[in-house]
Amino acid sequence: MHLILFFLFAGFCLAGAINLLLQSHPINSALSLVVVMTSLAVLYLLLGAEFLAAAQVIVYAGAIMVLFTFVVMLLNAGREERTMGSRSARVIGFPAVAALLAMLATVILHTQGLGSATLSQDITSTDDLSRVLFHELLLPFEVTSVLILIAILGAVALARSDDGERTASK
Amino acid sequence: MILPQDVPLTWYLLLSAALFSLGVVGFLIKRNLITVFMSIELMLNAVNLSFVTFAHQWHAVKGQIFVFFVMMVAAAEAAVGLAIIIAVFRARSTLAVDRIDLMKL
Repeated sequence: MHLILFFLFAGFCLAGAINLLLQSHPINSALSLVVVMTSLAVLYLLLGAEFLAAAQVIVYAGAIMVLFTFVVMLLNAGREERTMGSRSARVIGFPAVAALLAMLATVILHTQGLGSATLSQDITSTDDLSRVLFHELLLPFEVTSVLILIAILGAVALARSDDGERTASK
Repeated sequence: MILPQDVPLTWYLLLSAALFSLGVVGFLIKRNLITVFMSIELMLNAVNLSFVTFAHQWHAVKGQIFVFFVMMVAAAEAAVGLAIIIAVFRARSTLAVDRIDLMKL
């Protein structure tokens, strides 16, 4: 069962990621990214991270992707034009990516002592997670909330148009 | 039907590496600013999958909490990044990364 679910959703993940690269319209890429993120949520659940699976769906597939699609629609982004980039990107970039993937795969395949995951085995409950989060890591958590506040203020300041500023000051 | 009941964690790590590489490829070949930004999100997600896998391997709750923090930082990054994209679009009226070349030599 675990194997079937893993292959199904790993396949969805890879298909979504490849589709993200192949689509030329940003909205299609955004929707493929939603597929990738939702499949990743299922994989998190298979690895026993129930809270993260929920957070992945709500934060990534929900909030962040809504932001993305909103910006795509707001800016009325059309098809992208295919210029294959600079020559240096083609000549150095793709061999570098292939080398990176080969290196990562080699390291992973030679790693000893990695276990395996079975269904419904040691699930980290939200209870355990929040116990650590709010006892040992309370300060980083609070710092993160300040970071998000600053990010929201920065986003508003950056996205505000100059016209709006002028009409507001009048 | 007899199937192995467990999936080696190596496969999860390989999936994570493949997703990361696809993100890098997207970063290189996409010519739309928003799609380039989506590729970065894809890479962040791939790394999150590694974190969760290793948290499962070592039975470490802190690995999952790290993923939680990465999600929060990614949310902040998405908000600021998209605001920057809107500002760039307002200044240059284009989203093609080839035309946003003010700082190019």
